[in-house]
Amino acid sequence: MTLSKAEIFPRMSEAIIAGDREAARALAEEAAGAGFDLLEVVDKGYLPGLRKVGELWEQGEYFLPELITSAEAMKAAMAVLGPALNRGPAGSRRAGRIVIGTVEGDIHDIGKNLVASMLQAGGFEVFDLGADVKLERFVEKAEEVGAGTICLSALLTTTMAAQKRFIGLLRDRGLRGKYKVLVGGAPASRRWAEEIGADGYAENAVAAVNLAKSLAGGS
Amino acid sequence: MIETRRPKLELLSREFVERIIDEGLTLLERHGVLVENAEALDLLTAAGARVDPSTGMARIGRPIIEAALATAPPSVTVYDRSGGRAFTVGGDEVHFDPGSAGVTLLDHDTRTQRQASAADLAAFYKLTETLEHLHFQSTCLVPADVPSRVADAYRLWLGLVLSEKPFVTGTFRVEGFRPMKDLLAAVRGGESGLRARPLAIFDACPSPPLKWSNLTAQSLVDAARAGVPSELISMGMTGATSPTTIAGTLVQHVAESLSGVAIVQLAAAGAPVIFGGSPSSFDMRHGTTPMGAMETMMIDVGYAQIGKALKLPTHAYMALSDAKVNDAQAGFETGLGAVLAALAGINVVSGPGMLDFESCMSLEKLVIDDGLCAMAYRLIEGVAQRDDPIALGVFDGFRPGQSFLTHPHTRRWYRTEHLPAGLADRDPYEAWAAAGGTTIVDKAHDDVARRLGRYSAPPLAGDLRRDLDGIMSAYARSSGVPAPALPAA
Ligand code: B12
Repeated sequence: MTLSKAEIFPRMSEAIIAGDREAARALAEEAAGAGFDLLEVVDKGYLPGLRKVGELWEQGEYFLPELITSAEAMKAAMAVLGPALNRGPAGSRRAGRIVIGTVEGDIHDIGKNLVASMLQAGGFEVFDLGADVKLERFVEKAEEVGAGTICLSALLTTTMAAQKRFIGLLRDRGLRGKYKVLVGGAPASRRWAEEIGADGYAENAVAAVNLAKSLAGGS
Repeated sequence: MIETRRPKLELLSREFVERIIDEGLTLLERHGVLVENAEALDLLTAAGARVDPSTGMARIGRPIIEAALATAPPSVTVYDRSGGRAFTVGGDEVHFDPGSAGVTLLDHDTRTQRQASAADLAAFYKLTETLEHLHFQSTCLVPADVPSRVADAYRLWLGLVLSEKPFVTGTFRVEGFRPMKDLLAAVRGGESGLRARPLAIFDACPSPPLKWSNLTAQSLVDAARAGVPSELISMGMTGATSPTTIAGTLVQHVAESLSGVAIVQLAAAGAPVIFGGSPSSFDMRHGTTPMGAMETMMIDVGYAQIGKALKLPTHAYMALSDAKVNDAQAGFETGLGAVLAALAGINVVSGPGMLDFESCMSLEKLVIDDGLCAMAYRLIEGVAQRDDPIALGVFDGFRPGQSFLTHPHTRRWYRTEHLPAGLADRDPYEAWAAAGGTTIVDKAHDDVARRLGRYSAPPLAGDLRRDLDGIMSAYARSSGVPAPALPAA
């Protein structure tokens, strides 16, 4: 027996709030199987849950474990809905594609992983290249998937220079105007982003999502 | 005379220590550690560890660890640059050194952070040289104006030119070890001299959970073969890169550290290795790694107790703060850390001068913290019986209303028993107000200037300066960067 929209939407929302990956995925499959309008499913099923999670975070009720677990549940749902959404006209609605990674010579990836998870939950399609990533790879991947934004993480004084080199690399290729470049990590700062001509800096994962959204919207 | 008791903090029961060690060993045996370095993997394989060559996962059985613990020395003696002064890293000896590898410097006048330069690093070396409660130097900043490819060796070169004290340092690149070792050996007149009298300790961090990266595993192997002490900096972040419980993180700490001890001992049996760390109670709201959290200090004190049970020298990142300026938080977090570390008898305590989750250094804080270290040392000296009888003799012939100020007993003992105020304010209110109502930070700022003005470089023997410069510039040349110079004073 399939559930009606009125029945299934609140459950989707609850699955996100509870951070229940399995339920989020199963409900997405059920909705896809039932032939529901998937855009509506995202809008009225999952997004209210995600908004609630955001509120609980703002209120100090939720902490990182809840936030990231909910983000993971959202990811599980989007893994089912994403491909179908992309095929339909709704594909254009996606906030955008982002390539992210920690720069070459640097293996710090905890912060970068948090940022990647939150961006994904925020509706971005995220291509995470991992840590110690050659600058060349960022360009390759962004070109390959048609990303709009590239995020570089660096935690060492000795590797932050790679963020600067990356901007130069894009310029040399005549690609600078094509991508928004965001930088972050302990030694980076707003001033550093300005100095190297990056498009933005954010101090944590929540701010990174807001920044990516405002830049994606503004372009 | 009654023997003076050294006050001591032990957080865990013996039974708990044994259980944690036991689970750590089981974890190594069953789950294993990921080792991304071929040489270390070969050593482990040869010793009988079950290594999966396709993944680099090494399951290390108890006999391997037991053998490693049997050859690892319970203490290491490091010597200053001239070789004249020895420091035992072991037992309950405590040596403070500045926090290491900061990214930025807190500017006193603007109260903002800025990128650190080589000149800033030189100022820290000079200041540390004048601070008597900091027994060691650390390569405490990463200068942004030095080519990153030679930054690790540059920091050590600059330090050896400016300071007598032993160093706590580390590599940034696999290639960095060689020139750093050459610099140290040059000071000792050769590699055997360096082996006999270590001058620097090398930090090497496993990547939590349960992984040794190529860089850090190589550093362990290289250092062991050169007889250079390695300091294992395991750093679980509770609930993020290690179990969220304090005891759970201690289990991981034991497994990571003991796998490091094994790599060191397999590379060179008997090589010095220190059971250290920089774990943190991960902040679930801010996504940060607070070093000033009480739980962080509980993990530190806990693993130090375990390290002692394993008969290894110990280290921790304590006596530092997450505050952004020198405020009350900076003081209380640093003070708590210094006192707890001293009570726990942690041999190397890295932290003074440091703010903002191990990322910012402050000259003013360094002198303030030197005073805190003095208090911590005083505490662990304990309460001594100076006289027998303790006080009855002092009261002999004592008249009502008489003061102790003029009593010979006071002049005999007050300087031994009581520390002077240092930078702490002990003026009566009116005097304080009349003197401008300054804070300890203002006083520290003046003290920094005074100390830097007084500093003069301890002379280097013979041609040593030329040799050090030669090693540094050869490394720069082979790295394709210009030879870095001494920053202008
Ligand atoms: C954990 C840690 C490690 C772990 C990393 C494990 C891992 N898988 O990531 C290990 C042990 C492997 C490690 C190794 C080393 N480390 Co380390 N490490 C740290 C530590 C303590 C915490 C970093 C962290 O994870 N923080 C928590 C996360 C959540 O925060 P975050 O990374 O800052 O990310 C947040 C924001 O910055 C932002 N953000 C991050 N990326 C991005 C990207 C974009 C685009 C945006 C918008 C935002 C954004 O959002 C994130 C979420 O809120 C820092 C200290 C510090 N204060 O940063 C030192 C630190 C960075 N490490 C340091 C050093 C020196 C090293 C080593 C060289 C030590 C050694 N010799 O072995 C090696 C380097 C190896 C290498 N080549 O990379 C120094 C750097 C010094 C310097 N000036 O460069 C630091 C500052 C500590 C210190 N003072 O010694 N380290």
